[in-house]
Amino acid sequence: MSLSVSVTINGAPHAIELDDPRVTLLDLLRERLELTGAKKGCDRGQCGACTVLVGGRRVNSCLTLALSLDGSEVITIEGLASGDALHPVQAAFIEHDGFQCGFCTPGQIMSAVGLIAEGHAGDDPERIRELMSGNLCRCGAYKGITEAVLEVQRAQQTGNRKDAA
Amino acid sequence: MPADLKPAAPVQLRHGSNAGQPQTRRDGLLKVTGRATYAADNHLEGMLYAVTAVSRIARGRVTSLDVDAAKAHAAVVEVLTPENCPRLAHDPDVKMPYFGFRIEVLQNDNVRYVNQPIALVIAETLEAAIEGAALLNPQYAEEPARTGLDNGEHFAAAAVGVGGPPRTAHGDIDRGFAAAKHVTEADYVTPAQYHNAMEPHAVVAQWDGDHLTLDMPNQALVLSCAGYAAYFGIPRENVLIRSPFLGGGFGSKAIINGPQILAIIAARMMKRPVKLALSRSQMYGPVGHRGQTWQKLRIGTDADGRLTALQHSTISATSSFDEFLESASNASLPLYDSPAIVSEHVGVRLDIGTPGPMRAPGEASGSAALEAAIDVAADACGMDPLEFRLKNYAETEPGTGRPFSSKALRECYTKGAKTFGWAARPLKPRQMRDDNGLLVGWGVGTAVFHCPHFPTAARATLRADGTALIETAGADMGQGAWTALAQIGAEALGLDPSKVEISIGVSSLPDGGVAGGSGHTASAGMSLHSAGKDAISQLTDIAVADPESPLFGAGNIGVVARDGRLYRSDDDNRGESYANILARAGRADVVGTAKAMRDPAIAEKHALFSHGAVFAEVKVDPDLGQVRVTRMVGAFAAGRIINPQLVRSQYFGGMIWGISFALLEEAITDKRTGRIMNADFAEYHVPVNADVPSLEAILIPESDPYLPLGVKGVGEIGITGTVGAIANAIWHATGVRARRFPIRIEDLVGGLLSVDVP
Repeated sequence: MSLSVSVTINGAPHAIELDDPRVTLLDLLRERLELTGAKKGCDRGQCGACTVLVGGRRVNSCLTLALSLDGSEVITIEGLASGDALHPVQAAFIEHDGFQCGFCTPGQIMSAVGLIAEGHAGDDPERIRELMSGNLCRCGAYKGITEAVLEVQRAQQTGNRKDAA
Repeated sequence: MPADLKPAAPVQLRHGSNAGQPQTRRDGLLKVTGRATYAADNHLEGMLYAVTAVSRIARGRVTSLDVDAAKAHAAVVEVLTPENCPRLAHDPDVKMPYFGFRIEVLQNDNVRYVNQPIALVIAETLEAAIEGAALLNPQYAEEPARTGLDNGEHFAAAAVGVGGPPRTAHGDIDRGFAAAKHVTEADYVTPAQYHNAMEPHAVVAQWDGDHLTLDMPNQALVLSCAGYAAYFGIPRENVLIRSPFLGGGFGSKAIINGPQILAIIAARMMKRPVKLALSRSQMYGPVGHRGQTWQKLRIGTDADGRLTALQHSTISATSSFDEFLESASNASLPLYDSPAIVSEHVGVRLDIGTPGPMRAPGEASGSAALEAAIDVAADACGMDPLEFRLKNYAETEPGTGRPFSSKALRECYTKGAKTFGWAARPLKPRQMRDDNGLLVGWGVGTAVFHCPHFPTAARATLRADGTALIETAGADMGQGAWTALAQIGAEALGLDPSKVEISIGVSSLPDGGVAGGSGHTASAGMSLHSAGKDAISQLTDIAVADPESPLFGAGNIGVVARDGRLYRSDDDNRGESYANILARAGRADVVGTAKAMRDPAIAEKHALFSHGAVFAEVKVDPDLGQVRVTRMVGAFAAGRIINPQLVRSQYFGGMIWGISFALLEEAITDKRTGRIMNADFAEYHVPVNADVPSLEAILIPESDPYLPLGVKGVGEIGITGTVGAIANAIWHATGVRARRFPIRIEDLVGGLLSVDVP
């Protein structure tokens, strides 16, 4: 059985030879590539701390076998900022205190980035709360999280309107 | 390892900034970029992975393990069982002083609860270690599990909480009840709850000779070093704990647990670093939880609605082999004025992991019952619940008569009620509906939390370039120690926080005490403040003795430190920068140090508490019994506020824990086996974003002249009050008094059907 897989992670191509077919994307990132931003909170898709984008879609990396990703493009929290410039969602999380301990934060932010890109929520806080509910935060930073997502969503809509005009 | 955090990048900073200001988190940049390093993020050269195999029975012995099968699996290198596990230097069944618990470290084949570690598999890869643990196929000699009041052993408690008395009585309780016009009786059950910090307990252990380095989340760094040293028979100073970030703690990461010790044993045995992270389900046992309680309240009231007697009796569950009893009844001691109060506890032993302190230990469970029962008593008197609470407002501590060091609870009630719109509340239940026909109810609860203090030490170094480094082995589990402690240190040093570097989270720093009991900011802050003042004092000595300084001879007049300069206190035009003073003296720095502890006389002479009032609105589906909390307003008075933004976040977090306690959280035990049936995030429910309504936290100004820095605690009080407020709002919506937590649909539907809907 071939255990090789080619994946682009945060823009960099990786040709990976796995020693074990059971390796999940999360464990590949954390234990073999030392990209430890994505977190293991439950290892069974229940908490969202491991959320990354695969092909632009948010996925629970703990439920994704690394071998299934041949040819995929993965974005993790480490790949979000451009140099020193934070992604707007990252900056908004700081501004609105959208975290306390920070452990769920990479997953929350990746989920928010995916959500905004999907365009499902608009700037309806109720929808945002619902669609961010796959990401648990035990500290209870939900108010700040919702406000952060809302702010970026609104800024983007304003920007889009300006572009259109 | 970011042990030192540089001043935050400009994106994080606000201007105008010092203690009292809402600065964003200094560690924010690291946390939003994934660069904050939690224990399991450490990856050391040559590191092995360890995974525990855990018991599936609640009581008995392990009779066999298929070690050969596990060892035969590729990349498994060793299996630790009681047969080959080294003996520890300190018997883990003998309690250590201070927060010590009896733990299981494969020293025998006994099983005392489900999810107890029964073996440790060590492998080159995580996948192999997990598989190896699954191959062990344990066999047991099983004894019946004791799981409840019916089959657990009841016993007279020697202590509750952390060494507190099991019974406290003020006044003549029988006379109080005899004098009552109404006597309200209410029973409440609270469930076992698990901390479930998002970060599972993890450790990376490495040995260098007899020196041990531990990357682990830890709420009590210096204290813990002594414990690890004792287990391994090495000097305390040989243990180094690095815990720059905790992914939540809530009490569970202040206590040494068995799995961590096993990982350290494995690292010593294999002579390689070892990483161990518990799975979510493995944390339902060896790392503490909030113990179950059965509570009874009796409340006597006279014709005017004044309390004549308040009796709070609790049965608290603990393990078969150790004690940590929820001190729930003590919630009734400090809050309502009554000529007679009794708080009493007994214990019941079950085949469970030993409970421990979990966010507002004792207070959360006790307040839930007390605040619900107080509403029953108010109703018996025909009074509005807020009016009833104000009628029984304690101007001094009930029973002792000690003055409160400060108490702005009345302002909390007033401001909270106004913001919430309480005045429009109908007295009777089931009077309000929304446009969709949902029943609407409003409830209130009083919040209270005590103010413990831990001895701490700190160092403050003023450098020749005008910046400073402040250091203490504090812990940031999300409350914001990196930021708030820096603000306190900066203030003492007369520097903008952007000029101050802070180092915490490493045990080799001066003792930062315990991040627990909502006492960390006050405790570590006191030392940082004193160390800063010490540094300024040394700098002043240099300046006033230097003929070339504009401050020369200002000794008696005194100087003030502000914005990186010392000024004569009588003349703002005569001052000099710290950098100049140090440069002329040829000094690279001055180092201030401090060891600090609150004067015990303060706590002897005064009652020390934070207070608050929480108002909740719920909507209940009249047909389905489904409950939603739709808005909450909490008003809290907690002394001086160092950083309003962080404090609001603590209150929100606490109030969300209150929602969780009231409506969601519960570990369910299979009575036949003692297994917890919902040991994962799919079935042990904690609030998700959609569960959290509109929240408002009001910071009531409160000046405390007695407490160090005037600081109380804010981390835990938000849970207290909130649970009762929600239970009371549910009654107001439905007319149904719930008597167990979490309140379930099935607790309401019967009542909903039995009452005519208006």
